[in-house]
Amino acid sequence: MSLLKVQNLGITFGGLKAVDNLSLEIEKNELYGLIGPNGAGKTTVFNMLTGVYKPTTGEFFLNGENLTGKSSIEINRKGIARTFQNIRLFGKMTVADNVMVGLYNQMHYNLVDGLLRSPKYFADEKEFSKRADELLAVFDLYDDRDTLASNLPYGKQRKLEIARALATSPKLLLLDEPAAGMNPNETAELMKTIRFVREKFDMTILLIEHDMKLVMGICERVTVLNFGTELAAGKTSVALNNPQVIKAYLGDD
Amino acid sequence: MQMLISTIIDGLNLGSVYALVALGYSMVYGIAKMLNFAHGDVIMVGIYAIFVCLQMSSLPVWITAIVCVAVCALLGFTVEKLAYKPLRDSTPLSVLITAIGVSYLLQNVALLIFKSDRKFLQKFIDLGSVSIGDIEIPKISFVIWGTTLVIMIGLDIFIKNTKMGRAMLAVSEDKGAAQLMGVNVNSTISLTFVIGSALAGVAAILYAAKYKNVDPYTGSVFGIKAFAAAVFGGIGSIPGALIGGFTLGLIEALTIGFLPDTLTAASDGVAYALLIIMLILKPSGLLGKKKIEKV
Repeated sequence: MSLLKVQNLGITFGGLKAVDNLSLEIEKNELYGLIGPNGAGKTTVFNMLTGVYKPTTGEFFLNGENLTGKSSIEINRKGIARTFQNIRLFGKMTVADNVMVGLYNQMHYNLVDGLLRSPKYFADEKEFSKRADELLAVFDLYDDRDTLASNLPYGKQRKLEIARALATSPKLLLLDEPAAGMNPNETAELMKTIRFVREKFDMTILLIEHDMKLVMGICERVTVLNFGTELAAGKTSVALNNPQVIKAYLGDD
Repeated sequence: MQMLISTIIDGLNLGSVYALVALGYSMVYGIAKMLNFAHGDVIMVGIYAIFVCLQMSSLPVWITAIVCVAVCALLGFTVEKLAYKPLRDSTPLSVLITAIGVSYLLQNVALLIFKSDRKFLQKFIDLGSVSIGDIEIPKISFVIWGTTLVIMIGLDIFIKNTKMGRAMLAVSEDKGAAQLMGVNVNSTISLTFVIGSALAGVAAILYAAKYKNVDPYTGSVFGIKAFAAAVFGGIGSIPGALIGGFTLGLIEALTIGFLPDTLTAASDGVAYALLIIMLILKPSGLLGKKKIEKV
């Protein structure tokens, strides 16, 4: 069974079909790309998969469980986490606390424990701050743990967003243009990080990206969107050489 | 000299209570992004709760205090659920109008039940005073300062070191992103209201212990001044609420103490004049962060 199954997913804003009839299946541990020109509806797909928008048509399943129309919190608990195109870290919180927010749902002490600082509070806080530190170490952010997130350099902010999403212990990680605004060196490092995340956490990753080098470098399969509909899908090298895809990106001659 | 010191003590008492109330305004504004103008009236309800407990014969003081805080916390919780939560996604203006409506509602319910005459709480907490040299300090002052400081520090620790506190900070920065990280935004905002209102409950106890009277408008007048204190200190900031509260309390006490009698009625005016000057010089308040518009 595929980890994520999207069936005829679509959404309409007013009269505009932003995404229409999208279907795809992602296998466990796969690295899948969602690409297409600006305004093709890629981020809209992410917003539907994370409960920000409710799809007008179609359904999607994670491990066979229908998550269509569920709230963001529920979907996150079921195992889908994401990053954002325009970084949305909690800038006034420390790097470590950003990751701790991601761990929120796994900590089980209640308000009374928190107010009275019961043994359960200390045990939980200790265990999870250790977990946060481990995650930060993986992303080479441990030394910055007490820095405010907004003071991190750009590349590290991107990494921290991935670490924060992973802290919610997802089964599927959605990366929204992780290489946006990066120079070629940073992009190369990011590719390493993404591959590493997949191996280390046995993660399934769906990513939106404009950087074709990155897409060709790491995605096994892609779906190409244009004006909200699927233009091509399949193995990366094949889909990207589809004449229609080339036309959509470069225009007619 | 003696006069000056006792005036300062008065100012610190008043300032402590302002600070607690300002903190409630600040927290709710910082996290739920709304001005809860009914916050002051929660104090009024709390003082009436104390009044009722006193009428009901000889409950120990600590039970009265717990009842007061519980009533306020419950009121905050209920008001948020019934009045503000359904408006979570509407414009700030409609939430503001609703808050003003809730404020009038609470005042009018109090009018209905307790009538408009001022009630006195003579029996509530009387600790006497200590004399240091020529200066007499009411013991209750120490209780007031201590309580305020302990609460401020405790709250700061709570927010920085618990998952609920971190959720509050996360929600205050980016509700949407917090939600997508699995933080329950509704319960976080609810908790903010409960804590803010419980603080108003503590403020009610301190107010009742010091001033020993209440009418249906006590809370709203007091609340507006505390709001001014929160804005003065920089709304959204805990130390800002503390500094704003104490500044306002001291200024009010000093103007009452040292202005000629004919002008003491204007003591509120001085506080507001100060607020206006502050807003002209530094619109984000004393400790508020200046927003830099990036283009």
